[in-house]
Amino acid sequence: MSQKNEWPLWEIFVRGQHGLAHRHVGSLHAADAEMALNNARDVYTRRNEGLSIWCVPAAAITASAPSEKGPLFEPSNSKVYRHPTFYDIPKEIGNM
Amino acid sequence: MSAQSQKNLQQYVLRLADNALIIGQRLSEWCGHAPALEEDIATANTALDLIGQARNWFAYASELDTDGRSEDQLALLRDERDYLNVLLVEQPNGDYGNTLMRQFIFDIWHFYLLEGLTRSADATISAIAEKSIKEVNYHVSRSSDLIIRLGNGTEESHGKLQEALNNLWRYSGELTLSDALDDEMLALGIGADLSGVERKFQAAITRGFHEASLVAPKIGYMQRGGKTGVHSESMGRLLAEMQVMQRSHPNLTW
Repeated sequence: MSQKNEWPLWEIFVRGQHGLAHRHVGSLHAADAEMALNNARDVYTRRNEGLSIWCVPAAAITASAPSEKGPLFEPSNSKVYRHPTFYDIPKEIGNM
Repeated sequence: MSAQSQKNLQQYVLRLADNALIIGQRLSEWCGHAPALEEDIATANTALDLIGQARNWFAYASELDTDGRSEDQLALLRDERDYLNVLLVEQPNGDYGNTLMRQFIFDIWHFYLLEGLTRSADATISAIAEKSIKEVNYHVSRSSDLIIRLGNGTEESHGKLQEALNNLWRYSGELTLSDALDDEMLALGIGADLSGVERKFQAAITRGFHEASLVAPKIGYMQRGGKTGVHSESMGRLLAEMQVMQRSHPNLTW
């Protein structure tokens, strides 16, 4: 298959049996959304991983550039008080 | 159960087993060769579903076997004339369009056949049918989706599917053709009512072809014979490949 005829790329998110949120599991090619769902079912949920699938066109994702890592994320490194590590979460709360 | 009726029941179960095994074997020939990675995985999944279903049928056929043959011996060591699958499932893959068309025709028929078998008076048959039909439901939706897409796709994709349909439709008659064994199993409440299956199959497949802008050819004589062990020429080569391990290393296990 030549590059220019390739189906568009989709990013696949699956909510697992016990997961609370959809988690990115990988990507695949498909001609449209319906086919992306079918392919995602076959590629990513055959071992009973999923309860729900989201397919997002990869082109629709706006990503931060790796080169901006410093300006974007470093400032928060030194602000340890922003990290919620000083609390003991009671067991009864469960997942937060 | 008399020895003869046990033998007949086993023949009926072997037909179901062989259909699933042989089309599973054909589909698995695509593993590593399908036109796109996603299709490759999906086709292998379908093949595995069908071989899994075949195992359930073979396990039951082995239970019914008066010679005490195992699942593997039944699946992999019979001679060509003892395989009872319909001719459609042994037809060579051809191009991907041909494989999809074969699968589409098979899936729709398979679904209604299993639906009938879920009401079988034989508890094992109805249980296996119940388990299999969930997978087959997905097979139907997948192959319908692809046939409708490609039938309405480019001139080339439409042409390939129409050609595949022209070549394969002559094997569709045997799917719902009732013979003495089918009649006996139906009378006992064990088998599916093939005339009912035919009505539903024809209605669904006509709808599918219409949506895919395809036309089934008029066939004067429908091919038949697989159900009684008379196969087409490609069956020998399929069996040679499928059986080579068991034949050269008898009793081999994984």
